Amino acid sequence: MSGGKKDIDEVTGTDTTGHSWDGIKELNNPLPRWWLYTLYLCIIWAVGYSIMYPAWPMISKASAGVLGYSTRGEVAADIAKFEAANAEISAQLAAADLTTLSQNEELMRFATSAGGAVFRNNCSQCHGSGAAGAKGYPNLLDDDWLWGGDFENISYTIRHGIRNEEDFDARYSQMTAFDEILSNAEIDAVVQHVRALSNQDHDAALAAEGASVFMDNCAACHGDDAMGNRDLGAPDLTDAIWLYGGDAATLEQTVRYARFGVMPPWGERLTDAEVQAVAAYVHQLGGGE
Amino acid sequence: MTDTTQKPKGFLARHAILERSPTLLFLCSFGVVTIGGIVEIAPLFYLENTIEKVEGVRPYSPLELAGRDIYIREGCYVCHSQMIRPMRDEVERYGHYSLAAESMYDHPFQWGSKRTGPDVARVGGKYSDAWHLDHLSAPRSVVPESIMPGYAYLTESFVNAEYVADLVATHRFVGVPYTDEMIAVAAADVRTQVDPDSDDYDALLARYPGAQIRNFDGAPGVSEMDALIAYLQVLGTMVDFSTFTPDASR
Repeated sequence: MSGGKKDIDEVTGTDTTGHSWDGIKELNNPLPRWWLYTLYLCIIWAVGYSIMYPAWPMISKASAGVLGYSTRGEVAADIAKFEAANAEISAQLAAADLTTLSQNEELMRFATSAGGAVFRNNCSQCHGSGAAGAKGYPNLLDDDWLWGGDFENISYTIRHGIRNEEDFDARYSQMTAFDEILSNAEIDAVVQHVRALSNQDHDAALAAEGASVFMDNCAACHGDDAMGNRDLGAPDLTDAIWLYGGDAATLEQTVRYARFGVMPPWGERLTDAEVQAVAAYVHQLGGGE
Repeated sequence: MTDTTQKPKGFLARHAILERSPTLLFLCSFGVVTIGGIVEIAPLFYLENTIEKVEGVRPYSPLELAGRDIYIREGCYVCHSQMIRPMRDEVERYGHYSLAAESMYDHPFQWGSKRTGPDVARVGGKYSDAWHLDHLSAPRSVVPESIMPGYAYLTESFVNAEYVADLVATHRFVGVPYTDEMIAVAAADVRTQVDPDSDDYDALLARYPGAQIRNFDGAPGVSEMDALIAYLQVLGTMVDFSTFTPDASR
């Protein structure tokens, strides 16, 4: 800005810009070259970037960019890439007969590790990360199955769920709430009878009374021998495995108000191969039939 | 400025004019900021990808809206986000990435970026009502490794249906297209949605297609637990992705 002649500041020996405010002059210390060139490079980069990638707002959408990049396109491509990598083995698994799966070591390994991932993401919240279940959510490690523990039944349960509203093919049954059907004495008696069936401490006299109450009201679903009925999801009452609890107070609660455990259907959320995988995973946890 | 010996050269050298007039400097700064704002903000109101029409998205039913208020009141958003980002790992874990339209009736939106707990944008239908009741009451009864606090008192705290009507009206005020009829029957709709035997069942479904009508907490009355579970069960379920495919170029 200062004309041709340089105006050197005496104290610092530095050139000045020629600006002077009440005699105070501004030293001309330009920005370092490397800094300036970095700035210029960034500007050039920004121009190129806005040409290559979506950037400028236009009339109805932003400029698409020469590279045709989109976030949605990228995630779709990313998923497609991994699906393609697993396509062959996934198709094999989807079509596989699970009963003979263990003979195919590679497919079995794929199924259990993929099934484990699906299980931890979708099933563990109710059945526990170790599949040991919680009160109201069955333990999948034992061989006590409500609806059947072979491959076919496990994958059907996963696909359609239990007592949900979303899937018309969901497994369905409804225990009767006996609160207003049986008298208090009958309920006490049948509770003691169930305690006796499962070899727990019980009042023998009451339990004997409860036998006829059981036969009249419970045996239709739970069986004359109280071993349960898998077609109805009716649990075996003779073992030590209880979904809600086998103590007298819980049993009374169950008899009075019944239970209505719900499992969502997973057929919509999971692919066929994923359903097969998680069925194989659950089957090999220990209780598979 | 005493430097009168030199004449300004060229357009760029005229900055002294701006620098000497505060009013002019303010007006020109304002002009520059305005242009920046228009370029960056205004397109969001007309670009197709930000106003993408998506079938199925409807305003929340009064009970769901009340549940949403409880979600905000209890600070659920502090640990849970409601936005599945377009990345493979998120889509694999949570489901289809979130669309802008899915939160078009959220005031304020609950996207968030802090996840101490998992994203809940598509938690609807993933678990049973009983699970939500167990989990909200005592999280560690079903997920032993959880660090979530318990909210058991929600079962004992009841929703005041009259206030919900005000809440619906407030949401209309900020732009959610609730009709006069919806506001008039909002209080009744709150009670209807927890009563599958109600005569208004079909009318409620006509007003809020796809609403889930059942006694969410299994107990009498409309508790805050009912409202919160109703809200959680509708999250991410409005758009049917088996029939809707988002335009990939967006």
